[in-house]
Amino acid sequence: MLAATFADFMQQVVSGLASGGIYAALALALVIIHRSTGVINFSQGEMATLCTYIAWTLTVNHGWSYWPAFVATLGFSFVFGVATHRVVIRPVERGNVLRVVIVTIGLLIAINGFVVWQWSGEPQALQSPFGTDTIDIGGVVISWQDVGTILVTLGIVVLLWLLFQFTKLGLALRAAAVNPEEARLVGVRVTWMLALGWGLAAVLGAVAGMLTAPSVGLDPQMMQPILIYAFAAAVLGGIDSPFGAVVGGLTLGVMLNVIGVYVDFVGAELKLPVALLVILVVLLVRPSGIFGRPEVKRV
Amino acid sequence: MSPRVKQIVGLVSFAIFAVVVLVVPAFIGAFRAQQLAYVGIYLIALLGLNILTGYTGQISLGHGAFMAIGGYTTAILMAGNEQYGQEGVLAVSGGMKDVWTIPIAGLVAGIAGLLFGLPALRLSGLYLALATFAIAVALPSALKRFEEFTGGGSGINLFGIPELTAGISPVEIFGRELVFNDWLYYLCWSIALVLFGVAWLILRGRTGLAFRAVRDSETAAVSSGVSLAQYKTLAFGISAAYAGVAGSLFAIATTFVNPDTFPIALSIFLLVGVVVGGLGGLAGLVFGAIFIQFLPLWAQGEGVFSRLPGFIVDRTKEPGAPAIIYGVVLILLMFFLPNGVGGLFRRVGQALTRWRYSRTA
Amino acid sequence: MPNLLELDEVEARYGPVQALRGVSLTVDEGEVVSVLGANGAGKTTTLRAISGTVSRSGTIELSGKALKGGPEAAARAGVAHVPEGRGTFVELTVTENLRLGAYARRDRTIKDDIKRVSEYFPWMLERGGQRAGTLSGGEQQMLALARALMSRPRLLLLDEPSLGLAPMIVREFFRTVRHLNENEGLTVLVVEQDARIALASSARAYVLEVGRVALTGSSAELQGDENVRRSYLGY
Repeated sequence: MLAATFADFMQQVVSGLASGGIYAALALALVIIHRSTGVINFSQGEMATLCTYIAWTLTVNHGWSYWPAFVATLGFSFVFGVATHRVVIRPVERGNVLRVVIVTIGLLIAINGFVVWQWSGEPQALQSPFGTDTIDIGGVVISWQDVGTILVTLGIVVLLWLLFQFTKLGLALRAAAVNPEEARLVGVRVTWMLALGWGLAAVLGAVAGMLTAPSVGLDPQMMQPILIYAFAAAVLGGIDSPFGAVVGGLTLGVMLNVIGVYVDFVGAELKLPVALLVILVVLLVRPSGIFGRPEVKRV
Repeated sequence: MSPRVKQIVGLVSFAIFAVVVLVVPAFIGAFRAQQLAYVGIYLIALLGLNILTGYTGQISLGHGAFMAIGGYTTAILMAGNEQYGQEGVLAVSGGMKDVWTIPIAGLVAGIAGLLFGLPALRLSGLYLALATFAIAVALPSALKRFEEFTGGGSGINLFGIPELTAGISPVEIFGRELVFNDWLYYLCWSIALVLFGVAWLILRGRTGLAFRAVRDSETAAVSSGVSLAQYKTLAFGISAAYAGVAGSLFAIATTFVNPDTFPIALSIFLLVGVVVGGLGGLAGLVFGAIFIQFLPLWAQGEGVFSRLPGFIVDRTKEPGAPAIIYGVVLILLMFFLPNGVGGLFRRVGQALTRWRYSRTA
Repeated sequence: MPNLLELDEVEARYGPVQALRGVSLTVDEGEVVSVLGANGAGKTTTLRAISGTVSRSGTIELSGKALKGGPEAAARAGVAHVPEGRGTFVELTVTENLRLGAYARRDRTIKDDIKRVSEYFPWMLERGGQRAGTLSGGEQQMLALARALMSRPRLLLLDEPSLGLAPMIVREFFRTVRHLNENEGLTVLVVEQDARIALASSARAYVLEVGRVALTGSSAELQGDENVRRSYLGY
């Protein structure tokens, strides 16, 4: 009896880590953009949806096989992110924060509309390269899809970490984010660094989207709940902490899964409100999140 | 222009506007009257949100939730719990006439706003936007969950019940017979005009000055003796009350409420309306309300925009296309009119003043 | 041979406020020159005009070539600007700050340069992993200086290095600057409120008043003239 329960529990944890990985990727995208440009990109989810549709169209309509399409989509998303920053965000990123918020909302609406217009609102199926088989480890049944998801998100997070910590470009990106004026003085082209940040964020979003589609089905509204989970993860971990975003995402994923199964009052359909509750509680108790640094108000 | 002259110009414009508003229904059909009634409703909500965001600088992406509180209060008071057969805590047996529920709805929402304003004091800028966003997204699920009070997923139906004025047969006002849509128009706009005046009075007084001080520099405000907590919470309360009234009228106009009547999109559109209308000014908000009501329609090639050449209108009918247009228009507006329509007015006014004075030089 | 740095009738404004109304000065290779004056005289703006941080008009030439564009371009041309308040990247480590100093350089000898620079500041090697924000004010000022050195600049701009530092630390800082000038031939243009230590450390000085050069001369002359000291330099 107990063994069965433990196996169930581990299964929930593993699938929680998988969905948590997706939240972490999207939350990391939000954090990168917020750290560098001070913007909360409300359209991050829609951008991810668009990129996922690109992957879908390559595989279904143009007969590409999965991994080449995956890589090509990452390339597309990078360019898309950079272009969005340069064309749409740069003119408004200084000045009134509300103005930028409305612009990202406009992006959200327009991109969502574009996806519907181009590919219709009908749900589609994006094949997963991991298949639908499961693997049994000591009584715990895990799907290859979950394993693959965890590996891919882990991989991309590690790659980004290496980029930021050990390369000259990563150093410049970090410098531009924390101290743009001083970064200029040492020769960093700050505006391009910010655009690059948006590009990387778009890549993370595309990964999140491509990992989500196989399980929930590909449709224009697919990423909207994910975006909210990502907000919750980012707030929980600290909206300016990349490490916090990843930890927050994984924690949230596991927590939501476990609560959903083991706490009767909650049930599966209240996952979203629980996540929203997390946002509210964290914001009220410790707005800077677990790993964020409390904001010092400058007089 | 001296402040006195500006005030007189403002009052005269307002008077003209009020007259126009009251006269218009004679020239338009019932459907148009209903659309314009919604413009009035959005205007009320925007007046409130403007006090919060335009004046004290607190961003709310959740004012749809306050509208929902107002709307549900009205619905519950009107239809009682009889409709879905519960006695429950809110044992309001027999309904209340719709008009009397409006101030109550405003009060309830206002109290909710005050209650939220207190913990919200710890948040600012984007954090506050996120928190209000979370509330607005969570609200429909919460409404579904607490079925005994709210009628759950199916909501509360107000159509055809006797408490709804002019709902079944036309009502007589001042000797004139008004069908539902016309009655609705007058109801919404008379309240809107009154609340417009109230907002103006609040904002030009000490309170308005305090609000603006809070927005422009919290530190300076505090050192001038302005109690941040008091004014920020007050602003939340007032703006929520306005939204509550708007929500109440919304429920009456739509003749039903359910968890999907006040989605997150509504909260987003309200914020959009305030920014497009012009933060801080009052006149521009009318344009903000028109924007919320009509742009989605125009984006579909309806109304005024149906006069465009056929091939353009046809494309706008394709699914998703109106959204693209709406989003792009929003972005372009933020590029070129960062201070909204109200800001445009101000710039024109300044240019005119300069022109006038340069001639006398 | 042209001066290393030449400014001719340079003007600069912040919005409607005219900060520089025609500043002309020169700096020769290997010199230490100070720019002095009261608050608001335009000293910081002069440095900002050189590094391109503020928009300006007039002629600014480095070794005869016009300095155009923003701060990134100036950095590439070999101008190292240590701004007011030090401008250290407080969230990054000491070593990362140093590495950033060499950002504009394309050659591969950066590791050697870190060693070279640490000869003047040995503690930077030992505490390379420390977050710059946890350093003391004086240490941060030294770090800013070291970071500037990492770019092997042709011209070093120092903006009010004494600000917020104890007098002993300030003296040590200027001693280091003098060493660098003597040993490495580093050309320095320093803006200072503390005229006394600036004059003691430089060969020549310009005194600014309301956005213009009011007075110039060798530091010895200026130090010796009591009238000048009282009217312009405050001591």
